Amino acid sequence: MTRFVLRRLIALIAILFCISVGAFFLIHLLPGDPTVTILGPNDTPENRNALLKELGLNLPLWQQYLTWIWNVLQGNLGQSFITHQSVSKIISSAFPIDLELIILSQIMALGFSIPLAIASARRPNGLLDRASTTTSFGMLAIPPFILIVVLVLLFSIHLHIFPGPGSYVPFQQDPISNLHTMILPAIVLMVGSTTIYFRLLRADLIATLQQDFITVARSKGLSDRYIMWRHALRPSSLSLLASAGLNISGLVAGAFVVEYLLAIPGLGFELVNSIQQVDYLSVQSITLFVAVVIVLINFIIDFLFTVVDPRIARE
Amino acid sequence: MSNIPTAADSIPALTGSSDIAKKKRFDVGLVFWIFTLWIAITVLAAIFASLLGLQDPNQGNYDILNQGPTTAHWFGTDDLGRDIFSRVIYGARVSLTVGFGALTIGMIIGGTLGMIAAYRRGPVDIIVSSASYVMLAFPALVAVIAIVAFWGHEIWKITIIIGVASIPLVFRVVRAATLSYATRDFVTAAKSQGATDWRIITKELFPNVLPAIISFYLIGVASVIILEGALAFLGLSVQPPTASWGNMISESRTYLSQNPWLVLFPSLAMVFFLVALNLIGDILRSTLDVQESQL
Repeated sequence: MTRFVLRRLIALIAILFCISVGAFFLIHLLPGDPTVTILGPNDTPENRNALLKELGLNLPLWQQYLTWIWNVLQGNLGQSFITHQSVSKIISSAFPIDLELIILSQIMALGFSIPLAIASARRPNGLLDRASTTTSFGMLAIPPFILIVVLVLLFSIHLHIFPGPGSYVPFQQDPISNLHTMILPAIVLMVGSTTIYFRLLRADLIATLQQDFITVARSKGLSDRYIMWRHALRPSSLSLLASAGLNISGLVAGAFVVEYLLAIPGLGFELVNSIQQVDYLSVQSITLFVAVVIVLINFIIDFLFTVVDPRIARE
Repeated sequence: MSNIPTAADSIPALTGSSDIAKKKRFDVGLVFWIFTLWIAITVLAAIFASLLGLQDPNQGNYDILNQGPTTAHWFGTDDLGRDIFSRVIYGARVSLTVGFGALTIGMIIGGTLGMIAAYRRGPVDIIVSSASYVMLAFPALVAVIAIVAFWGHEIWKITIIIGVASIPLVFRVVRAATLSYATRDFVTAAKSQGATDWRIITKELFPNVLPAIISFYLIGVASVIILEGALAFLGLSVQPPTASWGNMISESRTYLSQNPWLVLFPSLAMVFFLVALNLIGDILRSTLDVQESQL
């Protein structure tokens, strides 16, 4: 077990190292000049050079990389070139927003897909099963941006149920209106997850229900409901868990379209902004932070695998 | 020696299961053909858009701004009086070029590497597999957005960028699909007859992996079309006035309350096409019985 954890840890550090190098060189090798963004296109070359020196951008790339990574290891993620805000501050104000979106959307997705999958798997090819399978297929093909535009048109412009884009309120300031504004984006993010979870769990449940131990449980006279929840659900939830891991890590910075369209200042929103402003340090540090979070999520999911199926840990 | 058939002849690719697969292959149902026809029509319309006698997609007419559907303009006109029907068809060019183009790049490079890695194993496999894991761990969207933002928004650049970004994923899928065949008897038979590695990969392994590749390809194209749309929303796809489905949907936001037709038709075009791709991919996968658990 110790060896297993140790080997995982070394692999993790190697991957994080590669990502830090990738994030750094990706953005530095690309054309784009931060001095133009900061000083405007008409400033003198002398001022530009002075600024490059001040930001440390005149040093060789490898030296810049080492300085950055050394600071990061000491917990200093650097400062935004443009707003002079510290990157840790940007992350600490943006990341909770993503967390909230992820938690809201995943609770809704699981709360919706698990009962639906169970009901569908009870009678495969029944009316409910066919209806929900077909619907889920259609939903899978609707891109999030179309969904947002349509939902905003329907719920914000016509029905006035949810506030439109740009009405984000921080949670600390007003929890009720915050939740009110977050429901629409959470619904958009929920749809994609729900369809995938439903399809996976339904397929796995149908396969599990054909196994011998279910027949044994039935012949013991246990009720269908008991068999479903106590016997079938647990061994059927491994692919669901795996895909939940993928989905959640995808949402850490991947909700950017939703955030960008509704002007919600989450990590994806900040990242797209920093990229467009050629803000080297912010992009590097946020990317690295996102990678660390994704790695941690995968770690937790791996652990949950062993909880759901203890045989995995014994191997 | 002529009476000894080659491995490919004597041991058909799908040993034993070939009859079943063939029987199933004809039994894909009417839905499959309807959606295939839909894809064919969309692709042909996009390719031959300039021969269809459509109105100029970028030619505005200030007398007819934001009109609903009429007989002259089937899908109505947009905020500059441009014909939406014509723009949807010309817009398909961008979305389809990026979708099919990017996945083709990914397939050629990632697919070749995947088959070689699964067949040769050893150091080649270890090196390419590790590289793919590192690339997959990197937030791909961040990379795509950053490179598009700095390198440029031309359609061929976007295609190449997304294509390269898809390589590690394609590699993993093709490698996994190939692995299950690489140790089968018909490969050993071919090897013992002195077939070259090239011949084994192209003649023995490729035909077997093809079904898995095709269904993954179609579903991949659907995801790339969505990605192109997302880039359009960030202003990082082809620049106006060039129409793409993503561009049109993104631009429609400004006039959403006055003219909902603007968002309706490009969205329907995109969603129908995505449904068709996903459905065909899914039917092919279940009919040809590609085992997902091996991925």
